[in-house]
Amino acid sequence: MEYILHILVLVAIYTVLSVSLDLLAGHTGLLSLSHAALFGLGAYSSALLTTRFGTSVFVGFLVAMVVAVLISFCISLPSLRLQDDYFVIATFGFQMILFSIFNNWIAVTHGPMGITNIPQPSIFGWTISSRVGLLVVALLLAIFAYVVVILITSSPFGRVLRAIREDEIFARALGKRTYRFKVTVFAVSATLSAWAGCLYAHYVTYIDPASFTVMESILVVSMVIVGGAGSRWGPFIGASVLVLLPETLRIVGLPSTFAANFRQVIYGTLLVVMMMFRPRGIVGKYDFGQ
Amino acid sequence: MANLRCTGLVKSFDGVRALSDLDLNLSSGRITSIIGPNGAGKTTLINILTGFLEPDAGKCFLEQQEISGLSAPRIAQLGIGRTFQELRMIWRGSVLENVILARPHQRGETLFWALTRLGVRQEEDKNYQEAIRILRFVGLEGKANDLADELSYGQQKLLSLACCLSMEANILLLDEPVAGIHPDMATRILDLLKVLRDQGKLIVFIEHDISAVRAASDHVIVMDHGQVIAQGVPREVLDRSEIIEAYLG
Repeated sequence: MEYILHILVLVAIYTVLSVSLDLLAGHTGLLSLSHAALFGLGAYSSALLTTRFGTSVFVGFLVAMVVAVLISFCISLPSLRLQDDYFVIATFGFQMILFSIFNNWIAVTHGPMGITNIPQPSIFGWTISSRVGLLVVALLLAIFAYVVVILITSSPFGRVLRAIREDEIFARALGKRTYRFKVTVFAVSATLSAWAGCLYAHYVTYIDPASFTVMESILVVSMVIVGGAGSRWGPFIGASVLVLLPETLRIVGLPSTFAANFRQVIYGTLLVVMMMFRPRGIVGKYDFGQ
Repeated sequence: MANLRCTGLVKSFDGVRALSDLDLNLSSGRITSIIGPNGAGKTTLINILTGFLEPDAGKCFLEQQEISGLSAPRIAQLGIGRTFQELRMIWRGSVLENVILARPHQRGETLFWALTRLGVRQEEDKNYQEAIRILRFVGLEGKANDLADELSYGQQKLLSLACCLSMEANILLLDEPVAGIHPDMATRILDLLKVLRDQGKLIVFIEHDISAVRAASDHVIVMDHGQVIAQGVPREVLDRSEIIEAYLG
């Protein structure tokens, strides 16, 4: 039972992450490869505050949001002037920079040794340590992320995002300052990713840079593509499939050292198969990238 | 009365002059058509007037305000609408969505109001009513809920025009508004342009179809090699033997 609850918590956390990326990639047409870094930024911000300064997890979440927004500006202000593929490459660059900071700024992040003894989430002095309690918190965060994204995408703001995805020049000709919209939506997406990272850090109580590599960014992109970019339930379905699928390796009894590496093969194969036979994902309406 | 003018416009692409010391003065209440061979600089001129290109030299003014150097969205907000030769719109969106998107100054386009929804519903209702009124004016009311890419080419041109009207543009710069469409639809669009002219809008269109130019224009500008080589009322300009020979065949 504990194991199933653990998997469900991971599904909820990755749903937040894929919902946040889908807001950018699916609804606005901006594919980012820096979401694992933003996820890590939230995790490190909150972990450092709570372990070093003894602040509450709530303060950790608030500071993670501020840090995520500021760093998102550092990424988006220069990168969003670039078009399509160049933007993807720029975000990849920022992913590498942030990962290097997590890995090499040992005085602060402890480098590859990571940060241990991160406190579990607590609300009004009540520490949530049971798996069921943690699952409830993770589900609430996932629902919150969904509500934010639905409010945005069903508003006039979201209509402009769709116009940017479909034809940015058209949106500009209608007087929409598309650059502002893109910077804003990147900041929202970064905040949601950072919150997912906060929850992850306080859930697993130990983080190291290995959880925030470019492979994680690609995993999140895979979740969006497999589920269906720009669709309501696509990010949840993508996160569920890609979290649950590797667990089947454990069930069939493969050695864990082999299973860990084989995970990447599964992700890669799944991506190739989806691109060839169903580029719109499981429940998506539109082919990814079109 | 809107007035749009340019002085000394120069624009080159990789050493090739697209516009060469071009002067232009356009006023509302008349339809001006711009004709000329391919490469004459017609679309480049519209791209500069709408902020999609910056001139190498020269200035453009809307009334007394210099607009050269302003961004495309800023120029659009000043009331200059345009259409494109290769049509642009939210293809996978409804006709209505495209027209409502074009409405200016939408409160719900700010993140805070989008999330809180305060006053957004009322604004959306107002914009919906206005979009329906515009679609009725252009004759697309019955297609409001159709996807843009399901419309005929002529209807898509009408939708482009509707978007310009929805953004409350007083100046319409239209790149080939009737090219490649059924003659009946072309007549309908040209008739709409005349109505808009009578409402006081400044209308400029680029067109290769000389019959359309004759039918709708009050003023014709002939361009070649980035310069204005002739202009005046259509019957005078289009009947000049050198124009007929050089550009109209």
